[in-house]
Amino acid sequence: MEASARGDRVYHAITTAFAVSIPLLLVLIAISIGIAAWPALSQAGFSFITSSEWDVARGKFGAAPAIYGTIVSSAIALLIATPLAIGVSIFLSEIAPPWLRQPVGFLVDLLAAIPSVVYGLWGIFVLIPLLRDPIAPFLSDTLRLGSTPLFSGPNYGYSMLAAGLILAIMILPFISAVTREVLLAVPRSQREAALALGATRWEMIRDAVLPYARSGIIGGIILGLGRALGETMAVTMLIGNRPEISASLFAPGYTMASLIANEFTEATSDLHLSALMAVGAVLFVITLIVNALARWLVWQVTRKSAR
Amino acid sequence: MAGDKEVGEMRGRQRRHATSVVMLGLTYVAAAIATLPLLFIILYLLRKGAAFIRPAFFTQMPMPIGEVGGGMANAIVGTLILVSIASAIGLPIGIGAGLYLAEHRGSRLANTVRFLSDVLNGLPSIVIGIFAWEFLVRPFGNFSALAGGLALGAMMIPLVTRTTEEMVRLVPTSLREAALALGYTRWRTSVTIILRTAMPGIVTGALVAVARIAGETAPLLFTALGNQFWSTSLTEPIAALPLQIFTYAISPYDTAHAQAWAGALVLIAMVLVISLAARYATRSRFGTAGD
Repeated sequence: MEASARGDRVYHAITTAFAVSIPLLLVLIAISIGIAAWPALSQAGFSFITSSEWDVARGKFGAAPAIYGTIVSSAIALLIATPLAIGVSIFLSEIAPPWLRQPVGFLVDLLAAIPSVVYGLWGIFVLIPLLRDPIAPFLSDTLRLGSTPLFSGPNYGYSMLAAGLILAIMILPFISAVTREVLLAVPRSQREAALALGATRWEMIRDAVLPYARSGIIGGIILGLGRALGETMAVTMLIGNRPEISASLFAPGYTMASLIANEFTEATSDLHLSALMAVGAVLFVITLIVNALARWLVWQVTRKSAR
Repeated sequence: MAGDKEVGEMRGRQRRHATSVVMLGLTYVAAAIATLPLLFIILYLLRKGAAFIRPAFFTQMPMPIGEVGGGMANAIVGTLILVSIASAIGLPIGIGAGLYLAEHRGSRLANTVRFLSDVLNGLPSIVIGIFAWEFLVRPFGNFSALAGGLALGAMMIPLVTRTTEEMVRLVPTSLREAALALGYTRWRTSVTIILRTAMPGIVTGALVAVARIAGETAPLLFTALGNQFWSTSLTEPIAALPLQIFTYAISPYDTAHAQAWAGALVLIAMVLVISLAARYATRSRFGTAGD
């Protein structure tokens, strides 16, 4: 009995240590990035996130263009991916004939398995030429959107739009996976009641299924946002990497992640390194908040159905 | 007048049905659009990359950039080494933490760890990369395979933790109770009965995690760094397939682009085979569970 009790204690101690290592790792990441970012943050102060002057030679570090680019490229991605992901999820959970469910679901899930760098490669050689030739002229000339600030200026392909498009493809499986999960958590009775009241299938989905799953779907969208905000390689390869704020989606931009990826190994001064660490710290805090919010929203729906 | 009302109702019903058909049709369209990119990408990769996949690609070293021929032997081996280091860290910690979460369901520590594990999972890989640099590259003064592997390992932990927890939860309580009633100690019950029963699911989770980190590039930029040589030392920079693809993709030479396509095809093939294996493992588990 003595030995077995000791075995249990050892087992408990080991699994507890592994479990506790996760919070410790997060704390360690936060502290070490925080310390490394401090010199740049304390020197630039609040202007670090408001100034758009990123001049390494003169020691000026304003991350506004990168923050702007991160938000805009992610917003484009969400605008494109959200309706598609919700459509696919409704298709897979409510409408598709059984023989289509598995393969379509599998193909959508596999989008998440493709490495970011492969998306980038494909983007450079397929998406960028497509944007440069049929798509951009179509948007600016045929649709006459060229006079609006959103689609003005020359289009080299490498642009905010390119980054947003590739991000849309990349985050679609994440939004769709969560949406499918919460749609499946909607009780059967909810659907049956709507149909019994004479609703069409679409009305049943719109009035009985989607409202029930709403906070979970929003959680999935926010989870996709979290992915888009931190996505690095594909965006770095397609966005053009220019630290300017331009209203045009055809203009090249920068994101926090691509800024770090581009300049980190070339940073020579301590202040430059610290500034990049500070960009990382901002990204860390934003994604932390976004993820926590998303998890909480999804948890709300799945907990409801677990009861 | 009753007739008018009936006609109105019928029109309304027709309109509602038409709306329903249109909206449901749109979900078909969404499904088609969502699956097209994957097919496009894979077909394009096959078209561009297949021609350059020769035995030499797997056995030879990279040529100086701009020259024809050569392979990615060092990058393929480098990726295997990095994935092995990552697994050596990510698997035990992830499985241990997952066991803890499943066995202490509802405790405050378990809830905190579960939540933070999801938060860690959502952390951008580039943030993990600069952390690994700050923690393992800066103090030691050089880029290393070890730092790259550790960064990837940190990314594996939350993935493995959560799948382990899910899989252990699926093990029937009666099995645990039976083992305890037979006089098994708690730890032996967990390790021999619970872990073994949940093992196929845990293997699936591990494979999914490996597939995900094998293609990671961003955290390796500042840790493993990559090189053009044959190196297997853990304390020095090491080549990796995704890094090599990145380098070739942004270079201006057509020969390099060709190598990038071939490399991408190999990487995708690795990732897809692992993903399919994971899916197969899950299916056979559910298959036997139904018997």
